[in-house]
Amino acid sequence: MTPLLTLDDLRKSFGGLRATDGLSLTVLPGELHALIGPNGAGKTTAIGQITGEIAPDSGRILFEGRDITRTPAARRVRLGLSRSFQIVQLLDAATAEDNVALAVQARQGHSFRFWADATRDESLRHPARLLLVEAGLPPARWDLPVADLSAGERKQIELAVALAAQPRLLVLDEPMAGLGPSESRAMTETLQRLKGQVAILLVEHDMEAVFALADRISVLVYGRCIATGTAAEIRANPEVRAAYLSEEDAV
Amino acid sequence: MRNRLRSRLPSRDAVALTLLLALAIALPWLAEAAGNPAGIALATRIAIYALAASALNLALGQGGMVSFGHAAFFGLGGYAVGILYAHWSWQEPLLGILPGTVSLPLTLLAAVGLGGLAAAAIGALSLRTSGVQFIMITLAFAQMLFFLFVSLKAYGGDDGLSVRRQGEFPGLSLRDPAQLYWLCLGLLVGWLALLRRVTRSRFGQVLAGARQNERRLRALGLTPYPYKLAGFILSGMGTALAGALMVNQARFVSPDMLHWTKSGELMIMVILGGVGTLLGPVFGAAALVGLESILSAWTENWQIILGPILLLVVLFGRGGLMALLRRVLPA
Repeated sequence: MTPLLTLDDLRKSFGGLRATDGLSLTVLPGELHALIGPNGAGKTTAIGQITGEIAPDSGRILFEGRDITRTPAARRVRLGLSRSFQIVQLLDAATAEDNVALAVQARQGHSFRFWADATRDESLRHPARLLLVEAGLPPARWDLPVADLSAGERKQIELAVALAAQPRLLVLDEPMAGLGPSESRAMTETLQRLKGQVAILLVEHDMEAVFALADRISVLVYGRCIATGTAAEIRANPEVRAAYLSEEDAV
Repeated sequence: MRNRLRSRLPSRDAVALTLLLALAIALPWLAEAAGNPAGIALATRIAIYALAASALNLALGQGGMVSFGHAAFFGLGGYAVGILYAHWSWQEPLLGILPGTVSLPLTLLAAVGLGGLAAAAIGALSLRTSGVQFIMITLAFAQMLFFLFVSLKAYGGDDGLSVRRQGEFPGLSLRDPAQLYWLCLGLLVGWLALLRRVTRSRFGQVLAGARQNERRLRALGLTPYPYKLAGFILSGMGTALAGALMVNQARFVSPDMLHWTKSGELMIMVILGGVGTLLGPVFGAAALVGLESILSAWTENWQIILGPILLLVVLFGRGGLMALLRRVLPA
């Protein structure tokens, strides 16, 4: 199977710090691939390079066989590589439905349309509502400014917005971060439903969620991938245990 | 859903707006009846500044582009009228090809076109920066144009240019202050209707998104730059239209229209009235121009009184006059 996403020997340094140090990784079509690693392993820098916010010093990024190493972030989204943020990035003054409607609008092509009222355009509002249902946000919350919603609800909207792009690869940056136990469970269930419909690269600290959801897991330490495998293989890998799992005795 | 049900009845807003518009239309007769015909000229200036301020608000309030150089477009609009008049009176085409004219539709069109071109050039460069840098670079461009017109002796330089012939508009006699006022009021209302449509359009949604979170827009697959540039150009065109009307009202254009204090005045109108609201800049313009005229009749040092009033509104009326009004008249 040809990989959906290939990272080929990526390197990125900030001053003397080698945040990404020869990272190679593949994400296969349809799989849920988790990226884990201790704090400071370079997960955020890796995500930044995959999504196009950070330019690598060397190495290549291929998406569906196409070299996207120098492609701007917005172009990558239009190619089918959508992402969510660890720290929620939404239009805070707008409502939940407005946020998702704008994402649907972005998917429908250019927005140099100056005349028709977009706030009542059912071709935007209807898909937006379906996506909010899919992300699990109750309808009573759709008309509220997202600044007034809880952390869990904002994460759900973030997911709905990322799905609106109809991506072939969804990069989720710590979707459980900052959530309470019940919100975390709800997000895990949502991701379980999405699994198989779209390939997901999941960066997450919540090990319980990662081992429950992931088809394959890659472990990042000091900017490079030290192991890739199924949950069982990763649990059994002595190098991983030494580098990472020993700190998290719960696993 | 709830909005749609309610919209079958005329809302309190709609009633208030209709009354306000009726009052604005009747104003010249009311001014005559009150024995104060000079009030018409004041109202004309308010309408013109309201147009300029709401054009700035499209960039500042909607798109989050804090331009400190909108006087450039205001002045260019004014000079378009002044220069076309000058060449008409000299009977000598501009650059040897463009004949001068005093036809108002033509001069307004020229002003709007010139404003759009200038905004495209200034915006294309300035919008590569953001924050304080953007404020400073727009200010710098406006100052460059200010000094350019100061040095253009052919068009009066420092002293400016008198426009001795009133613009001609088919069917109107603009020597009559009331008719000039109605024309300005009509253009203001048309401009506001256009802004209302544009802010609700797909384009307007992206522009508002660019103000709130550019990183989010890029993650949606939208590149903010071309949308911001289009918003900036539209804003410059509206401001230039206001500048052209101002020269028709004052019958005079000078580099003062391009001075950075003019950019500041327009900004104060927007902030005083309510950033990002449709009617806020109109109220802001009315308050600032009105206060200036009342206070300056009273004392020469009227700015000493105006300053504290502005401070009070900014400190206690968060969201400007529009927010204060909303407390009295909830939507």
